[in-house]
Amino acid sequence: MNWEIIKQSLPMFQKGFELTLYLSLVGIIGSIIVGLASSLIKYFKIPVLQRIVAIYVEISRNTPLLIQLFFLYYAFPAIGIKISAQLCGIIGLIFLGGSYMASGFTGGFNGVKKNQIESGKAIGLNNWQLARYVVFPQGFALSVPALAANIIFLIKETSIFTVIAIPELTNTAMDLIGLYYNSNEYLFVLVIAYAIILIPLSIILTFLEKRVRYGTFGN
Amino acid sequence: MAHSGINVLFEGTNFTRLLGGLWTTVQIAAVAIIIGLILGIILGVLRTFHNPLLRLVLRLYLEFFRIVPTTVLLFLFYYILPRQMNIHLPGPQMATLVFALWMAAEMSDIVRGALISVPKHQRESGLAIGLSRYQLYRYILIPQAFTLELPATINLITRIIKTTSLLMLISVMDVINIGQQIIEANNQHYPTGVFWVYGLIFLLYFLIDYPLSWWANRLEQKRMENIND
Repeated sequence: MNWEIIKQSLPMFQKGFELTLYLSLVGIIGSIIVGLASSLIKYFKIPVLQRIVAIYVEISRNTPLLIQLFFLYYAFPAIGIKISAQLCGIIGLIFLGGSYMASGFTGGFNGVKKNQIESGKAIGLNNWQLARYVVFPQGFALSVPALAANIIFLIKETSIFTVIAIPELTNTAMDLIGLYYNSNEYLFVLVIAYAIILIPLSIILTFLEKRVRYGTFGN
Repeated sequence: MAHSGINVLFEGTNFTRLLGGLWTTVQIAAVAIIIGLILGIILGVLRTFHNPLLRLVLRLYLEFFRIVPTTVLLFLFYYILPRQMNIHLPGPQMATLVFALWMAAEMSDIVRGALISVPKHQRESGLAIGLSRYQLYRYILIPQAFTLELPATINLITRIIKTTSLLMLISVMDVINIGQQIIEANNQHYPTGVFWVYGLIFLLYFLIDYPLSWWANRLEQKRMENIND
């Protein structure tokens, strides 16, 4: 391991690091919005939209991100739609993440105990009040562990962006290895960089899960 | 004359080549899943024992595979095994190794989670009637954990299958790599061929993964109904 090589590569890794963080952040926020909207559509059983959401979730969950990206980046221009690599990455990540987040929220809503819902109905709450005061507060708390796992998953998935040459962390390392052949050093920095993002984040999320567990009823 | 893009799939041996690539993908996934399942169950059982050193080592193994993205794992093995340890494995075998170790790590966590959520009185009843530790796991804990863990295991398998799309990164001749070759070779005659080739690969992955995740969903729903009844 040559520390001089590592030192020289750090400015480039810093750029990749920032881009990975930026793309992850946009992707995660977008995924949460799409996922929440999808799960609400499913919860309130809105006609037509409900079917579209169901189809979207199945397609998104059962195909690899890499192929989704290839499709956006290489196949769409063939039919006249050109999108920049970074935008492809963000769209792909939100397309993938939206369905995972939707499953997380839906799982939370479904996890609310039946007797809670029946009690709500018994005291005369209408559907909206039932959702607003009984299902959502408990459902969100229940869905936190799944959402946390999805956040970590999506950050890791950004490493696939390397295939459409977005200069994020993995792509930076691959480029450097291609140029200078010092694979040990660059892979070492790469693993450390992901660890810097993911270890603190997973500790924070585990802490959050524990806090939120007090919010679920009856614990 | 303008060619319709979809015909690129049926030109020459293109279609059978794509299916051949898919077969490579499926083989790698299948072997990795089988090894990963067996190893993961063993590690998961070991993680429920009370040996602190063993637990620490296995926990570190899990966390390493959790934190490092699969793309990076593949590159790590691809560059480090031959150059540092002088182990020269052909691409498909190396990919199988990486996916198997990853599957085992994730599986060990699923198995451990299921084993510790078998109700305590089950374990205590087993011990009370004088079962040995082996018998306790063999007849009480593992069979009950199995139904608890099945949906998560199937979901993990669909993830492994989806992740095989990364095989092209370490130059394995998988379905995507062959798809790219076909696109490049036919680009002149079929400018929209790229749409159909990637479309077909998209569909193929969907056709493999959809039945599995449908099955996992159904099992999960049944379990929820049983809990609510």
